[in-house]
Amino acid sequence: MITLHAVYLFAGLLFAAYAGLNLADRGHPHRLGNGAFWALMAASMLAGDRLGDLGNGLVVAALALVAMLRLTGPGAEPSADAATRAARAARLGHRLFALALVIPLVALGATFLFQRYPALVEPKQGSLVALAASALVALGLALVVLRASPRVALAEGRRLIDAVGWAAVLPQALVALGAVFTLAGVGDAVGQIFAMAIPAGSLAGAVLAYGLGMALFTMALGNAFAAFPVMFAGVGLPLLIRAHHGDPAVVAAIGMLAGFCGTLLTPMAANFNLVPAALLNLADRNAVIRRQAGTALPLLAANILFIWLFAFRS
Amino acid sequence: MLVLLGLGVMLAGFALRWNPLAVIVLAALASGWAAGIAPLALIAALGKAFNSARYVMILWLLLPVIGLLEAYGLQEHARALIERLRGATVGRLLTGYLLIRQVSAALGLDAAAGQAQTVRPLLAPMAEAAAERQAPGLDQPARDAIKAMAAATDNVGRFFGEDIFLAVGSILLMKGVLDKAGIVLEPWQFSVWAIPSALAAFAIHGWRLRRLDRALAARGEGGA
Repeated sequence: MITLHAVYLFAGLLFAAYAGLNLADRGHPHRLGNGAFWALMAASMLAGDRLGDLGNGLVVAALALVAMLRLTGPGAEPSADAATRAARAARLGHRLFALALVIPLVALGATFLFQRYPALVEPKQGSLVALAASALVALGLALVVLRASPRVALAEGRRLIDAVGWAAVLPQALVALGAVFTLAGVGDAVGQIFAMAIPAGSLAGAVLAYGLGMALFTMALGNAFAAFPVMFAGVGLPLLIRAHHGDPAVVAAIGMLAGFCGTLLTPMAANFNLVPAALLNLADRNAVIRRQAGTALPLLAANILFIWLFAFRS
Repeated sequence: MLVLLGLGVMLAGFALRWNPLAVIVLAALASGWAAGIAPLALIAALGKAFNSARYVMILWLLLPVIGLLEAYGLQEHARALIERLRGATVGRLLTGYLLIRQVSAALGLDAAAGQAQTVRPLLAPMAEAAAERQAPGLDQPARDAIKAMAAATDNVGRFFGEDIFLAVGSILLMKGVLDKAGIVLEPWQFSVWAIPSALAAFAIHGWRLRRLDRALAARGEGGA
């Protein structure tokens, strides 16, 4: 049976190759910093289960230290200049789109396949293994169709990951921070504050506190999934459902979506908000959040209104 | 209440533009210290959670194939396609993408698109090419804003489509939390209530994209 361990092996070898390419690049201004950073990630991927909890914690601390000292950075040149790329695009045409489409098609196909034959892949990990498989299959096909060397793919992958830099590790580190916050009881403390802040007996006040609380709490933790159990237990269940007889399906479903509005507004949701800014080489790290605010704020108001309108129909 | 110190560290760190990775470690140390957890136990807890969250890094496995396709002109081809389409504007392109993303996420086809697979190699260069035609001579901040809007559109479409699908993680989480409170509901009872918000998301974001087209048109005429 295939599990995520196979995927981590693939990722670990890739990070090790990025570390090696950086260390071998004598002219690179961030040669040692990048090399150390990706070597640490390779160690986490390849040996994370054998390092022990403290060992993994020291890996996190070391990654943060390398990033804090500004030892990482971009540097490698693209393997083809703009004129070469334009000429290749004119020659290859829609074959390039077809190769790009292989990624989602294989990801979907593999997801369905793994659901159909649960013996192939650990069922809970199906979509993640499918995504990794799509990366491998698309890479293989592209190498054949383009008659390119695997070295070019590795060099380009390394150039892109160097451009993203330490931001690549943010999503994983934020999930870890969320776990420590849970351990320390941060969620319960926030829930208590919101429960205290609500005026007694006011339905509108309770709806407003619940919707805003979901969004703000999601912004603080970076994840609506972490905010929902706390806000639901602290405000949704005792006030909206028990005291004011609200429809539990509406309170839960639209409350979660109010939280999603918060996800659009916070750098804590790094994989959605900071990673794209890094992938697109935007000068402002928060550019995507700024663009999302104009949609997220009116949408949050709409969601709060929907709870008030739909949950208390009778 | 002292455990909220970690949230304060996060806010201060982001506001002062310290390195976010270092801020995260400091915030974990602050909240853990306030909760009375010993420093070594805290580092270990952070490491344990970090190790079990390795799955979020799978996204980066796409970079070699994306980089290879880009070296062979994928972005240039996407741009050229938009330049040939007469009526293509940023607003129309992104509104169409928003619709497809919401509908496919609602059908459970979450993996069909994403920031690394579709936004960077395809959607962002297409949007930039369309904007360049609507308002020639855009400066770098304006180009960045267009690309950021492409990334934002992917997020909005995904978030406000996926909850209509029955088997998505958030629906299962809600069902689990309500089960524990003694309220037993079926997944579809949650997912139908995601529809009004999905329509509102399309209306609000679509309206903003129309305004973006108007702003670009005004800028294009002003510059000509």
